[in-house]
Amino acid sequence: MTAISAPQRKAAGRAEGRRPRRSIALNLVAVVIGLAVWTLLASVGVQGMPGPAEVAARAGELIADGTLALDALASLRRVLLGFLLGTLLAVPVGFLMGWYATARGLLEPYVQFFRTIPPLAIIPLAIVLMGIGEVPKVFVIFLASFLSSVVATFQGVVDVDKTLINAARVLGASDRTIFLKVVVPASTPFILVGMRVGLGSAWGTLVAAELIAAQEGLGFRMQQAQLYYDLSTIFVGLIAIGVLGLLMDRLLLLAERRLTDWQERR
Amino acid sequence: MTTKISFRDVVKTYPMREGTFTALDHVSLDIADQEFVTVVGPSGCGKSTLMSMAAGLVEPSSGEVLVDGDPVSGPGPDRGVIFQQYALFPWLSVRKNVEFGLKLADIPGAERRRRAERAIELVGLSDFADALPKTLSGGMKQRCAIARAYAVNPKVLLMDEPFGALDALTRVQLQDQLLHTWSQEQRTVMFITHDVDEAVYLARRVIVMAARPGRVQQIIDVDLPYPRTEEIRLSPEFGRIRNEVWHSVYHQAPAA
Repeated sequence: MTAISAPQRKAAGRAEGRRPRRSIALNLVAVVIGLAVWTLLASVGVQGMPGPAEVAARAGELIADGTLALDALASLRRVLLGFLLGTLLAVPVGFLMGWYATARGLLEPYVQFFRTIPPLAIIPLAIVLMGIGEVPKVFVIFLASFLSSVVATFQGVVDVDKTLINAARVLGASDRTIFLKVVVPASTPFILVGMRVGLGSAWGTLVAAELIAAQEGLGFRMQQAQLYYDLSTIFVGLIAIGVLGLLMDRLLLLAERRLTDWQERR
Repeated sequence: MTTKISFRDVVKTYPMREGTFTALDHVSLDIADQEFVTVVGPSGCGKSTLMSMAAGLVEPSSGEVLVDGDPVSGPGPDRGVIFQQYALFPWLSVRKNVEFGLKLADIPGAERRRRAERAIELVGLSDFADALPKTLSGGMKQRCAIARAYAVNPKVLLMDEPFGALDALTRVQLQDQLLHTWSQEQRTVMFITHDVDEAVYLARRVIVMAARPGRVQQIIDVDLPYPRTEEIRLSPEFGRIRNEVWHSVYHQAPAA
């Protein structure tokens, strides 16, 4: 048998989980070079371009007077609400489509059609139908994350290894058991990937959604700053969006690793 | 000896763009209770299809398959199936995989753990009971699958080229282990393979099948005593039977 002993296996697992120091060092070097290039561009006088120091100062102000926290919170609330609603609906709909041919036949034309329309293109319609409150903003984000997640879930269910289903059947599993004990766990990795993609599109739709007569939010703040030629504030907004998006993605990635640790990764 | 599995005039055809493809052409075969039978033949001879019918995963186009005299209508835990691709649930540990069928049979907790423990011990995986399948070698995965099938105490074991994906050394080890397990708890075994040595070493009878259309070519008795040992594997008598099977598999006259 080619089995490796338990302690060896553990050690191998630890080495895999940690990124090599070299690659982290390279990442840091890249950031430093980026900041240097940015400083250079600002100092040679690209029109109105603030340098890192100015942006940091502006960020300090925005943090100190609470504007940044308020805006970030407003944006996060919209994104999370739309994303949660979208995923909550996408998972059952995706399962239905993957499991029942009838459901697939009925739903697939709509899913495939709406997938080809950028969610932002729905904004004019959303404003007319839903007014200018929170509802149209959340709706657009909801739609974006729903469409990404539903396709991933559906694909996950369709791609479940038929041998696993047969293995459960020959052990006496009913259709219900096969669904709950085989199809659901087997498609979890797909669902989580779908959720990550969905979160990406939700976040990507945010700024545009906040074009709809918002009173607060990162996108709104950047809009305002644009009117006053306040580039520093725009930079702060961009960086805040990037950092928050990255954080959420990493959180989901962590959940994905935890929940699908059983997968053989090649 | 009583008959355990009975294939009666079984036909399986698949519709093609033009006409039909005959996977199995009027196959009749009886397998006795507690008998170890191997089925060997070229690819396309329908040997896996035949086994899948006994498992209840494939329905015959005509004819019938009886287990204990009752027609097969769908899969059931009385017939354990072992697949070439192991088919372990990758998110469950070895123990949980083995307990899967026991849970479905509503076996209470303590009893379930005891039986799983026993099946895992039978295949020598006790040290890996809590490991996930991804950490196991191919041979260990297949042993886990065998334990999972054994745990629910099926009367019949159906094995579809179970050692086909393993290296030659592991394969021989698992053959010995399978025979050892079988000698301790005798079941009716229908074992599909394309390996002539394996077919002869394991079986009391070797069913040689032919392709296009799939049919039984010849049935060869293996008059070698159990337990089978290395000595038997290297004996002239084994070699003679092996030659006979080899000839039957590789020098088939085309269908009339």
